Amino acid sequence: MKRSSHSNNPSARTRPSVLVLLLNNASLVLFAVVLVVFALLSPKFFTGDNLVNILIQSSSTAIVATGMTFVLLTAGVDLSVGAAMFVGAAVCGKLVIGGQPIPLALAAMLGVGLAFGAVNALFITRLRIIAFIVTLATLFIGRGFALRITETRAMNLPDAFLQLGSAKVAGIPVPVLAVALVVAAAQLVLSRTAFGRQLYALGNNVESARKAGVHVQRLTASVYVISGFCAALGGIIALSQLGAVGPKFGENYEFKAIAAAVLGGTSLFGGRGNVFPGTVLGAVLIQCVENGLVLLNADPYLYPLITSAVIFVAVLIDSIRNETLAKLSRRRIRHDDLASGAP
Amino acid sequence: METTNHEQRTTNDALLSFRAIEKSFFGVRVLKSVSLRVRRGSVLGLVGENGAGKSTLMNILGGNLRPDAGELLLNEARFEPRHPTDAARAGIAFVHQELNLFSNLTIAENIFLTSFPRALPPFIARRQLRDRAAELLNEVGLNLSPDTLVERLPAGERQLVEIAKALSLAPKLIILDEPTTSLSARETEHLFALMQRLRERGVAMIYISHILGDVLRLCDDIVVLRDGAMVGNGVRAEFTSERMISLMVGRELSQLYPKRRERGDSVPLSPQRGEGWGEGWERHETQAANESAGLNHPAPVTPPHEPFLGSSRRDEAHASQPEKDQSLVTSAATVQGFEARNFVSGNSLPVERRGGPEALLELRHVSQPHIVRDISFALHRGEVLGISGLMGAGRSELARIIFGLDAHAGGEILLNGKALPRSGPRARIQHGLAFLTEDRRHEGLCLEASIADNLALVALRRHARTPLKFLSTGTWREAIRTMRAAVKLSPNARDEQAVKTLSGGNQQKVVIGKWLVAEPRVFILDEPTRGIDVGAKFEIYQLIHDLADRGAGVLVISSEMEELIGICDRILVMAQGEIRDELRSVEFDRERILRAALLDGARTVTSARTP
Repeated sequence: MKRSSHSNNPSARTRPSVLVLLLNNASLVLFAVVLVVFALLSPKFFTGDNLVNILIQSSSTAIVATGMTFVLLTAGVDLSVGAAMFVGAAVCGKLVIGGQPIPLALAAMLGVGLAFGAVNALFITRLRIIAFIVTLATLFIGRGFALRITETRAMNLPDAFLQLGSAKVAGIPVPVLAVALVVAAAQLVLSRTAFGRQLYALGNNVESARKAGVHVQRLTASVYVISGFCAALGGIIALSQLGAVGPKFGENYEFKAIAAAVLGGTSLFGGRGNVFPGTVLGAVLIQCVENGLVLLNADPYLYPLITSAVIFVAVLIDSIRNETLAKLSRRRIRHDDLASGAP
Repeated sequence: METTNHEQRTTNDALLSFRAIEKSFFGVRVLKSVSLRVRRGSVLGLVGENGAGKSTLMNILGGNLRPDAGELLLNEARFEPRHPTDAARAGIAFVHQELNLFSNLTIAENIFLTSFPRALPPFIARRQLRDRAAELLNEVGLNLSPDTLVERLPAGERQLVEIAKALSLAPKLIILDEPTTSLSARETEHLFALMQRLRERGVAMIYISHILGDVLRLCDDIVVLRDGAMVGNGVRAEFTSERMISLMVGRELSQLYPKRRERGDSVPLSPQRGEGWGEGWERHETQAANESAGLNHPAPVTPPHEPFLGSSRRDEAHASQPEKDQSLVTSAATVQGFEARNFVSGNSLPVERRGGPEALLELRHVSQPHIVRDISFALHRGEVLGISGLMGAGRSELARIIFGLDAHAGGEILLNGKALPRSGPRARIQHGLAFLTEDRRHEGLCLEASIADNLALVALRRHARTPLKFLSTGTWREAIRTMRAAVKLSPNARDEQAVKTLSGGNQQKVVIGKWLVAEPRVFILDEPTRGIDVGAKFEIYQLIHDLADRGAGVLVISSEMEELIGICDRILVMAQGEIRDELRSVEFDRERILRAALLDGARTVTSARTP
């Protein structure tokens, strides 16, 4: 009689504590807190127009961060995304100003992104140089190259670009639509395809993945190509919003993209995270903070401090969560203590 | 399994043949013209010490390595696997000793990672995935949802998932490399029954294990490797455990468990410090003198002080015949209380003279809700105390509590008579407690670091004497040399060599050596010989006796009952987080231990682990 009570007593173990629930949805909670704080501080913040504005402004970061998430899932990193955007935009600008049709220029920009990814992938998988070093190098080489072809001058692009950025399809701004498509595709790939699940396996343990017959090299190479492609796509969105290529184009995007992914719960050690809702939420969160600070007329020098404070809190919550979950999931040996004492 | 038809043994029977396989690493021949055959629907036992070439051979079969010479024949056709998928495609599945599962994926995803069912490519057919996984889980006897994340499973269940994964390939040949190391007795039985079913279905298997009894029980044919060469090959009937061992070791191994070491040949440790070791050292000499004076076998007179009981038992070597010790059973045989002061290990005589055995570590009514309840016992100077029990009985958890890694709610833990703080290992280490975890690879060692760095880890600070705390290389090297000698680390291993390249036995020695620097008086060893081959096990046992002989108290947790019976002075049996029985060496009895471990526990312990 007592025995059966032992084995049928899972409630003690599966009872979801409020703390765990909060910790497990840390990015959502943080997001809500930021929304509430800014809504209270500024009446203009929580308006439909402003929220749409935030979505539009965060769109290029969200797309670049989507690619970055793929890389982070394999425990790699891609620091060259901003450079890929810059080189792509420079090539695109040159072509357009040289009289080439815009679609061709955009395709060339995507091509540059893919090429960046391919070069990174080549060095990382074939020459086995660690991703941090490879992409740091391509970051500087790329920016230097782009500065040379733009002669460090800003290039103003035709109005068609700005029109693309402000266009709407069925009432939805094109940049937001682009994010939705990219994110949906990415999330489907990650959660519903063998490729996606193998990425998670690879991030969890490369050696085991190799032994299990996962094509580690191929997968690793592909995430950098995906990241390069997403960087170029994010670059196109940014171009359509700025209408010009300046020498600072794409700067700090590697930081924003990594921050967005991490804010969304992606682990830098690989194997954990997702694009939706994670990374998207992270990207929007960063934009919320910046937007809110603008509305509050805060000192611009405070922006990076406050943004990094938010990121720090997210990482802190993440580590607290891991510890707490580990403690709670520890195996119980005796199941009688709760009910009736000794058997 | 007795119905094997050995007479059917013909060449055509061979599913897989290795022919004159050669392999060298850096000029060292690790496989010397190995030829062997696996018959259809049979189980081939592959035994040999670690480093004998079993893994290399299996890596060649699995496509991870290519042979330098020789060939593989699968179904009479040449088979040249170049990638793990080649082997899988040919119907060869591996169940590795180390688990290769991905904790962030579900059971189903782990099983089908490289062969996801797809209804509408590239998308995974999730229902089909779940159904097929459920079927396989059912087959291996794991009653869990296929959507359970693997990180929530204990090691034993993960091993079963590995086996389900192997079965998913519908293999013709399964290689099982030490599959039972993390399984409970029940799970092991379940696995053996499953192997039997597979065999009847015509699936061939290669079974690699250090548990020779299992090999004899399960296998139709047995192959013994030593130093990369095949030294034994035949049907099961030709083998006994003793024969396998002598073939593996290349010498007659007269015993599985060592006698208590002859005094005087041990290496003095840390001569500059350590009163504990110094005393121990003196005691050896006293003892040696006593022995030479013929005091070694006193007549069993006064029961409470039976000084040489332990060593007498060890002189009988195997200890697998407790009857031999019956002559020493005395009237005080039934000591059930935890204050069993009359029981100390072999060389307790000098201690006795100083007035009673010394409890180095004492637990008084230690409890922690859901984990352990009312644990009381004392570990004495010079004693090897074993803790037996099934998987999930709370042994490792108790060890973690003693070492302060986990908290305990009630009771107290005394080290050298002083109560310890509730938690935190730091104070315990300072007071002379050492803990070797069951997972030495991940928790006990820095695998990528060198032997020297690992040995020096605990004591680095001691070798930084200059004002700027630079390491003093001279004393450091000296300390490393002392440690290596103390634990008898393989002389072939260079100080600079990464620990991960060592065999399991040598890795364990590095862990012990690392702790010796801190001069602990109490050792807690959790599964000290897991994954270690026969020869090296013996050396670890010797090391354990050595520690006890020098006056340390050693607490050994092990799932191998034979091992505890072979090396311990006293055994506690745990079940469901409680101590259920206590046996002195004269009472050692497999049945009694098993009964205590299983009593009221078998079903509950295993079934209560709801994920």
